[in-house]
Amino acid sequence: MPLFFFLLALSLYLLGTAGYIAYIVSQGKRFAQGGYIILWAGFAAHTLAIASGYYGTGYFPVSNLKESLSFFAWAVMGAYLVIQLRFNIRVLGSFLSPLAAIMMISSSFLPAPSGAVNPILRSFWLVLHVVTAFAGNGIFAIACLAGVMYLIQESRIKSKQLGAMSQRLPSLETLDGLNYQCLILGFPLLTFGLVSGSLYAHYTLGSFWRWDPKEVWSLITWLLYAALLHGRLVSGWRGRRSALLSILFFLVLVFSFLGMKFLVQGYHTFSAFQQR
Amino acid sequence: MEIGLIGLNHKTAPVELREKLSAACTQTGPAVEVLKALPTVQETLFLTTCNRVEILFTAEGLDEAFKGFLETWSRDLHQAPAELQGCIYTYRADEAVRHLFRVAASLDSLVVGEPQILGQIKEAYREASQSRSTGVILNRLLHRAFSTAKRIRTETGIADHAVSISFAAVELAKKIFQELAGKKVLLIGAGEMAELAAEHLLNNKVAEIVVANRTLERAQELAHRWRGRAVPLEEVPSVLVQTDIVISSTGSPDLLIQRSQVKAIMKQRRQRPLFFIDIAVPRDIDPGVNDLDNVYLYDIDDLQGVVTQNMAARKNEAVEAERIVQEEAVKFRTWLNGLEIVPTIVALRQKLEEIRLGELKRAGGVLQELTPDQLKAVELVSQSMVNKILHDPITFLKRAGNRQQVSEQVDLAQKVFNLNPNGQPG
Repeated sequence: MPLFFFLLALSLYLLGTAGYIAYIVSQGKRFAQGGYIILWAGFAAHTLAIASGYYGTGYFPVSNLKESLSFFAWAVMGAYLVIQLRFNIRVLGSFLSPLAAIMMISSSFLPAPSGAVNPILRSFWLVLHVVTAFAGNGIFAIACLAGVMYLIQESRIKSKQLGAMSQRLPSLETLDGLNYQCLILGFPLLTFGLVSGSLYAHYTLGSFWRWDPKEVWSLITWLLYAALLHGRLVSGWRGRRSALLSILFFLVLVFSFLGMKFLVQGYHTFSAFQQR
Repeated sequence: MEIGLIGLNHKTAPVELREKLSAACTQTGPAVEVLKALPTVQETLFLTTCNRVEILFTAEGLDEAFKGFLETWSRDLHQAPAELQGCIYTYRADEAVRHLFRVAASLDSLVVGEPQILGQIKEAYREASQSRSTGVILNRLLHRAFSTAKRIRTETGIADHAVSISFAAVELAKKIFQELAGKKVLLIGAGEMAELAAEHLLNNKVAEIVVANRTLERAQELAHRWRGRAVPLEEVPSVLVQTDIVISSTGSPDLLIQRSQVKAIMKQRRQRPLFFIDIAVPRDIDPGVNDLDNVYLYDIDDLQGVVTQNMAARKNEAVEAERIVQEEAVKFRTWLNGLEIVPTIVALRQKLEEIRLGELKRAGGVLQELTPDQLKAVELVSQSMVNKILHDPITFLKRAGNRQQVSEQVDLAQKVFNLNPNGQPG
């Protein structure tokens, strides 16, 4: 069942992506409206895939990179669908849906490690930790995309070569506002994700903080975003600077998500989740 | 009956000729008298704008009507018809429909995509329908023209790109600020183009316009007109802290605003975006400010460049618009074809109904002896006979596909049943 829903979600994401690409090329509003509905359907299927995986195995499906990548895609898509409700920046979908689709495709090609899963992954606390941290990540992904769109639009305006791309992108103020709102929304979620993870570690492993590489990198990410948010609120870091930093910090975030898998060992790495 | 269009525009005729003709060609003017001399012309619409004079009409026999209009015009303009011929275009049937759609959608305008033409056609149509010179066909045609123009406006980018300097400036401001409502504008110096840009900004509901000028009286005069505030030139740096959009157009030979100045101001503004529009020659604002974060500078050449790009973009969009024109013209043709079938069917039905009632009346004496139930049965039988007889000819008429077929089949049906739906003696 989880596989069926996963493939259904992937197909719908690809279809929605096609709609959004048709939208950015032709600027026919209906493509984006259709794409948006299809992405919601894909998101529902994806949710069912994750829920049925949880129900079937009894552990939350983030035990390996395959599952985590899929869950990251879920968080990014969910964040977009909700943000779109409020901001109605259609062209954002043309940037985001391919990203989610690529994450899903990568996930589908990764092998699923067999073997029993560490009981550590069965707790409700863990679900809370993972869902909030990933929701924050998903929203920061959108802050990053808003930054990319901002830099494109800004360079079009500054170079005085407006053209088709500039016409399709929203105004600088809108993009900067989106970046700001994403930081405001994402930061508390990331904070809550770290705190709940720390509490969970305290109850299961006996200490709040273990200098695990993933913990350290997550803290670094958190500090970077805290600095960015502070800069925005207090020192007027807006526009280009905020856009650049949102992109840079998101790359750090992705590194702390992926890099740990390949570079270092610790209890957060996926291999540690598999019992030998 | 056919649709025709005769006219001249900015591409075919010099302005003097258009001026003279537009004076003669109004809905209520002498042209109306001329129509009485052209009995074959049924419906008419006069369209006169600064760029064109056109007559859209329906008539039996277009050649005669074209000739009639041309003769009147040559009388009005004191020119021989042969001389005038070179300036004039004529369109027949579907060509005329397409031409009207193109004009309404501003594809035939001097500035492609300009919005005024549609309003002018609407006004012309209002006048024409008030003086009852339009009928079923032109009413429908004009409404189709309006909806086609609207469709083109929404489905293509034909009107998306500003093609005047002052509009281009406003469009750019919207690329930076999204909403101009609540933004503050500073006008340094005054000139026609700067005032035009300020008017456009006001139409977009900017919060306040501050005017700075070398002579304070002139500044006060403008500020009064826009319910703004006048300040002397020396106060510009302090006003800049509160401003979002600056339009500068002084005659000063030197730069008025330096990069270092703006850099300091941006700190005070906490990096809120600042948009400079420098339409002065020589320039008022240091070109280096464009390199500062959140500062955007467009000078007159930049704006001209944007306008040129936009013109090209509009031409591209026009290709798509032409396709829509074709599509809508076909739809109109289908309706027009149907129009000829419908009166024929109505006349046919009417004729059979008359026969039925006439025969029932003739048998009146005998029928009186029937019971009410029997009488009702006779009525029903006669009605269903009429319907059964009608069924095949109606199907035959409705099946006609192209225009040629329609005319032939309508003609045939009218001959077979001896009908004349338009009430003229056949």
